[in-house]
Amino acid sequence: MKAAIDPTRGAVEGIISNLVHVRTDGPVAQNEICFIHHEGTPLMAEVIEVLHDRAYVQVFESTRGLRAGASVEFAGHMLEATLGPGILSRNYDGLMHDLDAMTGVFLRRGEYPPALDETREWDFRPLVTSGARVRAGDSLGEVLENGIAHRIMVPFELSGRYTVESLVRPGPRRISDAVATLRSERGDGVPVTMVQRWPVKRALRVYRDKPRPFRLLETGVRIIDTLNPIVEGGTGFIPGPFGSGKTVLQQAISRQAEADVVIVAACGERANEVVDLFTEFPELDDPWTGRKLMERTTIIANTSNMPVAAREASVYTAMTIAEYYRSMGLKVLLLADSTSRWAQALREMSNRMEELPGPDAFPMDLSAIISNFYSRAGIVRLNDGRTGSITLIGTVSPAGGNLKEPVTESTKKVARCFYALSQRRADSKRYPAVDPIESYSKYLEYPELRETLRARIAPDWLDNVDELKSVLLRGREAAEQINILGDDGVSIDTHLAFWRSEIVDEVILQQNAFDAVDARTPLERQEYMVRAVLDTVRAELAFDGYEDANPYFKRVINTLKQMNYAAFGSPDFESFEKRLEEILEERRAEAVEVGP
Amino acid sequence: MIRAASVPPRRKRRTPTRAFQRIYTRIDRITKATCTVKAEGVGYEELAMVAGRPAQVVKIVGDEVTLQVFAGTEGIPTDAEVVFLGRAPNLRVGDALAGRFFNAYGDPIDGGPEPDGEPREIGGPSVNPVRRERPSELNVTGIAGIDLNNTLVTGQKIPFFADPDQPFNQVMALVALRAKADKIVLGGIGLTNDDHLYFRNSFENAGALHRIVVFMNTTEDPPVERLLVPDMALTAAEYFAVEKKEKVLVLLTDMTLYADALSIVSNRMDQIPSKDSMPGSLYSDLARIYEKAAQFKAGGSITIVAVTTLSGGDITHAIPDNTGYITEGQLFLRRDTEVGKVIVDPFRSLSRLKQLVIGRKTREDHPQVMNAAVRLYADAANARTKLENGFDLTHYDERTLDFARDYSRDLLAIDVNVGPDRMLDRAWELFGQYFSPEEVGIKQQLVDTYWPDDA
Repeated sequence: MKAAIDPTRGAVEGIISNLVHVRTDGPVAQNEICFIHHEGTPLMAEVIEVLHDRAYVQVFESTRGLRAGASVEFAGHMLEATLGPGILSRNYDGLMHDLDAMTGVFLRRGEYPPALDETREWDFRPLVTSGARVRAGDSLGEVLENGIAHRIMVPFELSGRYTVESLVRPGPRRISDAVATLRSERGDGVPVTMVQRWPVKRALRVYRDKPRPFRLLETGVRIIDTLNPIVEGGTGFIPGPFGSGKTVLQQAISRQAEADVVIVAACGERANEVVDLFTEFPELDDPWTGRKLMERTTIIANTSNMPVAAREASVYTAMTIAEYYRSMGLKVLLLADSTSRWAQALREMSNRMEELPGPDAFPMDLSAIISNFYSRAGIVRLNDGRTGSITLIGTVSPAGGNLKEPVTESTKKVARCFYALSQRRADSKRYPAVDPIESYSKYLEYPELRETLRARIAPDWLDNVDELKSVLLRGREAAEQINILGDDGVSIDTHLAFWRSEIVDEVILQQNAFDAVDARTPLERQEYMVRAVLDTVRAELAFDGYEDANPYFKRVINTLKQMNYAAFGSPDFESFEKRLEEILEERRAEAVEVGP
Repeated sequence: MIRAASVPPRRKRRTPTRAFQRIYTRIDRITKATCTVKAEGVGYEELAMVAGRPAQVVKIVGDEVTLQVFAGTEGIPTDAEVVFLGRAPNLRVGDALAGRFFNAYGDPIDGGPEPDGEPREIGGPSVNPVRRERPSELNVTGIAGIDLNNTLVTGQKIPFFADPDQPFNQVMALVALRAKADKIVLGGIGLTNDDHLYFRNSFENAGALHRIVVFMNTTEDPPVERLLVPDMALTAAEYFAVEKKEKVLVLLTDMTLYADALSIVSNRMDQIPSKDSMPGSLYSDLARIYEKAAQFKAGGSITIVAVTTLSGGDITHAIPDNTGYITEGQLFLRRDTEVGKVIVDPFRSLSRLKQLVIGRKTREDHPQVMNAAVRLYADAANARTKLENGFDLTHYDERTLDFARDYSRDLLAIDVNVGPDRMLDRAWELFGQYFSPEEVGIKQQLVDTYWPDDA
């Protein structure tokens, strides 16, 4: 790409919505950023196709009022993220402009405040000494950002080996202060500051290797952790029709997950949902550190009414920030809500470009784009042997709730956890409405994960989980039989199979995301409740008939649910547990006299 | 202009000619909805008059400017006068809007004078999300089917999903009048004249005319004009909500016809349709409108209650489907044959923002009462299926059916008008009448407080 001192210029020739044709006077690069000058306001745009001296650019703003002939200046670089201390707890738009630094109630075209605070001083502490041999991504020093050790790394764009020539002494530094000088093997000096830039569409690969994930990522959501766990560095997706609780589930994960850093990419979704995060996260405690949730969170908000082209950029911006923190050896959780809106943004542009459409008018390379994005997640081993991870959970909003549509199908090919939200479960208010039978976690097949699960939770944990799953399967079959043959037409055993699965469903699967206690179940408690439920399910009980069993099991379920609402181990919890035991005693097969 | 005049103009339009305006008289291309003229210095989305008809710039390629003529191009000659107005469509906003009726262009249709005010472009920029306040103010409607199960909050956007034969406009008028809004802005999109008059009469009878603003496109008007109505209505709403810090309720009916108009335009622009012949940008187009609903930090708010008519109850069609992903819930009406009343369907209806107010701005037992009642109502639906399939009912099944009947009649029906506490009390009465506390399954502490004594 050309140097910025002699930028390529151009003039607007045509305008169709946010697609603008520009005649250029020099070289331009695919995906290069340019600014269109409209009545003194710079409108940011990205090159998406070039034909001879004409560049087709997508404008990240409304083009209202723009005229043919407007001057254009090319920036000489692609869309970049600004990486340095101060990203956490900030709210950005899709192009990483600080939303809080913008003036006025309404977004103004061309108002592009910087991502980081240039004036703030950070307490820099060197981690290496002069003479150290380093390469891109190695730590030179660190600052404390919201309690997290934020590593200052050798610029990612450097290739080859460098020697640390000098380092500043510990003390307060601004992000653009030089903190080190490196010397390349050819002898060139490279000054290093605490801030660097990276093109968002290019994966950041400053690590040694990428092993298979092997550690559980605790979310406190029972239906995920117990049934189909996600792992550190894993990928998962949540497809579901509207109203099935995607957002509530994702927000629960963002609050509770065992992560050092959480990046939320609100991509083309409702503004009020982002406002929820803005309002709650500064108040809520991070269950893992006791600090405020906002301190570990960065929100990339490109809500559905914000410019469409920036929607595509927003997920890449979020991913690049996640990669940056992963390179420091941190556990990052990236939530992308929703990837369907991003795909739709691609479709709108492809349509305006008059490209031949693929399925459902989406661009032909949609599948490749999605798989490329998901492949950027993962756990990595850094050059110094530490690990860092990006766990990526995306939501998908399938048109008409039909999972046989291009975005869902493309995502299913790459994401390893599948949390299918079911309309039927949502309709009967069984939340989180994750279908326990359709959903899966491929990671459960990984021997390395099975090993860590047994070690961390209990040696018989996986067997217990399998048993829960078979109870659920048998219950579903029983429910179908009862539906077809009627209550009288099936044996009492069928009724019992149904009720046993109801216990698992009501007590383990269903969870009240709005209840202070029930919302988050730590792993230890999940293990306890799984045992309690299995003990109940395994109990040999005797009944005179199904009419007898129905009210009985309602009492059992009610008591177990009260346990879920009580603080773990509290007197309330114990008294409900005792009551459960009494209820079970009433019907224990050996304790009941059964007629001949 | 002589030839243009031979085709009767739909409506008398003033074409204000000022010195700086550029006038062209050679149209190169005319299609059903657009015409193309060679012109220079034209801004994108700029407004123009083509033979006296309002039009908007939708495409610029070099010096060729394509204009979308809202009223259609019938009878437009190639030498028609094209006057560019140098601005995007706008509305004069001010307090004088209150109590007035306008067409899709913001021109009065009530015989009154042009209102005074500052011109403001419609379809303006979005609110910075960090400048929004989380909605937290309860919108009481008195309709228990809404207040109990699908509580509305100011700053929310929610549509009625309804078949064309259902009384959604009536319910919407009721909601509007009871919601204690400072201003009600009605955007009529392809409304029948009868419904137009119905709204007018209801507002008049309720003595609310002074706090309404109406933008009306009826079935008699050209369909493409409908595209302007929501933006007009919301520009007026933003004026009152942002500058006057008022609580504004915007009614948009029927958004399905708005989407239909979008598909007409996209079709005529040769765009590749996506699902259900709708333009690929349908989601963004609808979101741009609905996302104008907001609670502002300074105090004002815009709440949008819309109507999306369905075809045979099909919510998987692209219009309701995209709407559902944008709005904060949806309200379904259904005729309950058991009690012979129209009810707010508790299964399919949803208000996503209710969690922000129920149990906080309403009584503590609200969330659990709501869930328990819906669960029991679902049990009743299962019992009814059993009955229809010829199976015997258990005692519990029978009790759920009795409960469902009373619940539907006393709480779900749209003609119920009770306060929030009374509706919760009534639900507890019904629980006590038909069930034991275990069967209802509510948190013990609430049962201890609210379970009726005589049960």
